[in-house]
Amino acid sequence: MYNSDKVIPGIIIFVLFVTLPIWWNHGKSVAAPEPELPKKGRCVESKEYMRSHHMQLLNVWRNEAIRQGMRIYTSSDGARFWISLQNGCMKCHNNKSKFCDRCHQFAAVEPYCWNCHIPPETKKFKAPKASGLLKLFGVPPVLHGSSQAESYGHAEH
Amino acid sequence: MNVVAALVAVIGMVIVVWFGVGVLKLYTLFGVLVPYAALLTFLIGLIYRMVNWAKSPVPFKITTTCGQQKSLPWIKHSRLESPANNFEVVLRMALEVLAFRSLFRNLRADLRGRKLYYGSSKWLWLGAILFHWSFFIILVRHLRLFTYPVPGPIKVLDAVDSFFHIGLPHLYMTDVAILAGLTFLILRRLVDAKVNYISHASDYFPLFLILGLVSSGMLMRYFLRVDLVSVKEFVMGLATFHPKAPKGIGVIFFVHLFFISALVAYFPFSKLVHMVGVFFSPTRNLPNDNRRVRHINPWWEGVPPKFLTYCEWQEKFKEQLEQAGQPIDEDCYKEKKS
Repeated sequence: MYNSDKVIPGIIIFVLFVTLPIWWNHGKSVAAPEPELPKKGRCVESKEYMRSHHMQLLNVWRNEAIRQGMRIYTSSDGARFWISLQNGCMKCHNNKSKFCDRCHQFAAVEPYCWNCHIPPETKKFKAPKASGLLKLFGVPPVLHGSSQAESYGHAEH
Repeated sequence: MNVVAALVAVIGMVIVVWFGVGVLKLYTLFGVLVPYAALLTFLIGLIYRMVNWAKSPVPFKITTTCGQQKSLPWIKHSRLESPANNFEVVLRMALEVLAFRSLFRNLRADLRGRKLYYGSSKWLWLGAILFHWSFFIILVRHLRLFTYPVPGPIKVLDAVDSFFHIGLPHLYMTDVAILAGLTFLILRRLVDAKVNYISHASDYFPLFLILGLVSSGMLMRYFLRVDLVSVKEFVMGLATFHPKAPKGIGVIFFVHLFFISALVAYFPFSKLVHMVGVFFSPTRNLPNDNRRVRHINPWWEGVPPKFLTYCEWQEKFKEQLEQAGQPIDEDCYKEKKS
């Protein structure tokens, strides 16, 4: 074999890249997550459907409830449900970390539901951290949007 | 005809999987045995190809150049077009592999009326780069199904790729790009009469196969949906050699898995092997230093060839030379006498 000083490292890099999934986990299989299911009650659709389609259903719900004001969902078997994440889904699935997060972490999915919604186990509202950039330019971390608007209103009267 | 054969082969594969998994329930065959066999074929096949190429001697230094080679100090040297050392070769090769630099210079000749026009033609470059980079990013992105915990860079790649948050699950930019690239590459072979004429079934087959692979993946993500957690559990089992027969995963997943297995197993036997072949091209991986470094033909390494001087050669064929009336060099005999 010619140029084995370059070819052999090349082959080793190639094999390492292809077999990355094998050695990355050190051959350890990870058990599938087991989300905690509510003891009683029924979900809007079947378990199998919810397992694979819940994100699409939630997306449709979001659009219907927020953009069209449609708050009633009729499931495939004719039952009717109030469309709401916090007052619907999370009434039964009331623990985000034991239900939502287990699978999402396993599949490395980061849903953006919680940009707007507050999971039930979160007792207090935590103000988001002011970014270092704001501090650097001396921008105050608390914004007074609505109160300022009111004061303008008073000034006119 | 070539197109039809390739298309029938790919559609046939879908039918085989649909029948095997959907009807006969051969989960272990299509879920475990076929992927393992394909991966082994891929690894052994490509290593064999690489070793085989590395064993082939390169008798001449045949670098392709299109620039001024390194010469006198006051002549400007084109480092990328005519690399003079290994570092410059690596630079040029990196640009070739990552940016398809030589394809960027693609020209097209066209007759318009009675005049021949040459013009720059970047479409092939654009289609090729869209296709290859998207494919690579999609491949790397898939590592989120093969690893736990998922490495940060892969999460970042995933977030960037789905940056626009279109639909749910978010539409990946690379999915759109690879479809655009593939469509162009297929249409080019179908529409352009010159390219169509030189296209074989082995040119269409990988395109259709990858199109099938991409569409089955996109169908699975955006439309038909399968349970991702079961898929990851199964895939992790495969990767860690604890394969379990997958249950409750739709047939579309097995179509996807069969397509990638077929693609991977087909790799070492087809044009797709250019993935490793590009590094073994003597026209690209050698520095253009013919005038400074003597390239010794590897056939001669350690085995000095037996040379004949002219006189020895003349002596050997003297009879034939005389019969043919060729002149005999008398100097040979003079030197012997003296």
